[in-house]
Amino acid sequence: MSLVLDGLSILAVCAGAFFFLAGTVGLLRFPDPLSRLHALAKADNLGLGLVVLGLLFQAAGLPAALKLIGVWLLTLLAGATVTQLIARTVRPTEPQA
Amino acid sequence: MADFMFAATGLVVAMVALGLVRLLRGPAAADRIMAAQLLGTGGTAALLLLADAMRAPGAVDVALILALLAAFVSVAFVNALDRSELDRK
Amino acid sequence: MAFDTGLAVVVLGVAVWTIAARKTVAAVAGFVAFGLLLALVWVRLAAPDVALTEAAIGSGVTGGLLLGAATRLRRIEPSAAGETLGIGLKLAAAVLCILVATGIAAIVLLLPEPAPTLAPQVAKNLDRTGLGNPVTAVLMAYRAIDTLLEVVVLLLALVGIWSLAPDRAWGGFPGARHHADSDGLLAFVAQLLVPIGILVGIHIFWVGSTAPGGEFQGATILAAMWIFAVMAGLLDTPAVNRRWLRLLLVIGPAVFLAIGLAGFAVAGGFLAYPEAYAKVMILTIEVPVTLSIAATLALLVAGPPERPPNG
Repeated sequence: MSLVLDGLSILAVCAGAFFFLAGTVGLLRFPDPLSRLHALAKADNLGLGLVVLGLLFQAAGLPAALKLIGVWLLTLLAGATVTQLIARTVRPTEPQA
Repeated sequence: MADFMFAATGLVVAMVALGLVRLLRGPAAADRIMAAQLLGTGGTAALLLLADAMRAPGAVDVALILALLAAFVSVAFVNALDRSELDRK
Repeated sequence: MAFDTGLAVVVLGVAVWTIAARKTVAAVAGFVAFGLLLALVWVRLAAPDVALTEAAIGSGVTGGLLLGAATRLRRIEPSAAGETLGIGLKLAAAVLCILVATGIAAIVLLLPEPAPTLAPQVAKNLDRTGLGNPVTAVLMAYRAIDTLLEVVVLLLALVGIWSLAPDRAWGGFPGARHHADSDGLLAFVAQLLVPIGILVGIHIFWVGSTAPGGEFQGATILAAMWIFAVMAGLLDTPAVNRRWLRLLLVIGPAVFLAIGLAGFAVAGGFLAYPEAYAKVMILTIEVPVTLSIAATLALLVAGPPERPPNG
């Protein structure tokens, strides 16, 4: 049983690391700040989610697992909202009439 | 298993380092603010992996603080930027 | 191990970049990145309490402080950039830093094996303090006097900053007034993250007795969340002549000092705790101290008063 869990963890963490790689490639190669922001926000957060999934299989009990999910949700929340703010500094929204 | 987690952490840190090289240099101010966000996600992932690899559950709390404070610093940067835009008008 | 070497190289690289950066805001970004990476290093060195403090104070709150300074200095930055230091002075500074770093490295590497340490005694007497986290035991029981002095030093720093206020703003509101942005986006972010942050701060403070954490880290998170709310325009900074604010700032050190003096009567020494009540005493000190430090740190970042108190 623990072998299956280990295998699932390795799979998920590898997938997560792949998405981090993809996000960084995007960061390095995309031409303008907004597309780089897109790569950062989407790919890296997905990578984090997969890493957390992999670590859940290794978690020592329910409180530890809930804490991991909590960290992921917080990062997701903070990331989604703060990247909007950063995007606004690049291209300000239309001023109110 | 611990070795695998260490390797994964190493990969994530390498990705963060590469990203930092690009972002800290980037001409747009938004690029530098993104460096804080990059550390917020990448650093959190690295810490969670380390927490498992080193059997150190305290590192999960560090990841919590990292996520929170990366957001705080990003907002501080955005604010500082907005103030400079206002100053120029 | 390859991972540790790689991490060290990355941290050094970011540090070098930060020193070499041309614009102040860019350098602050590098500094924050450096601090957050350093938290990783501390975790690798099996010091999660230090990692918590590094991420919270060393990187987050100090980053906010430096940004505030950079914003204030923006107007004179072009003229200041013209007055760069001469190459001789830069070389002298570099040599001095290298000497200090080499000295510290030499001391650490040349320690006798096993290195002299009080850690076994700390561990042996841990149950008498009623705590499970040896770092908190050192901070609040074995060396509580250091912590008391640190808290007082923070307060004195705040008084120093307040004394920088111009005469017309004496006792007034720190910092400029932030308004909620027209989209409401920043306000929304703050309304979402600040309550979560407050919960996290209380959690980190509370687990400090048995796991990595404690009052300084918890207080820093609370301070950061308060600054967050002010930046988003949800709150205004309080005027520094308000009595409730001054009471909040002073109550931590006051309680700490009172319990310290009571130690003479009750347990035979300054800051000595009666053995059966050690944990209760420590908790009684920690709660007001956390509130005071949170307020002090937040006001330190807010800066000297800029707007008159009754205007």
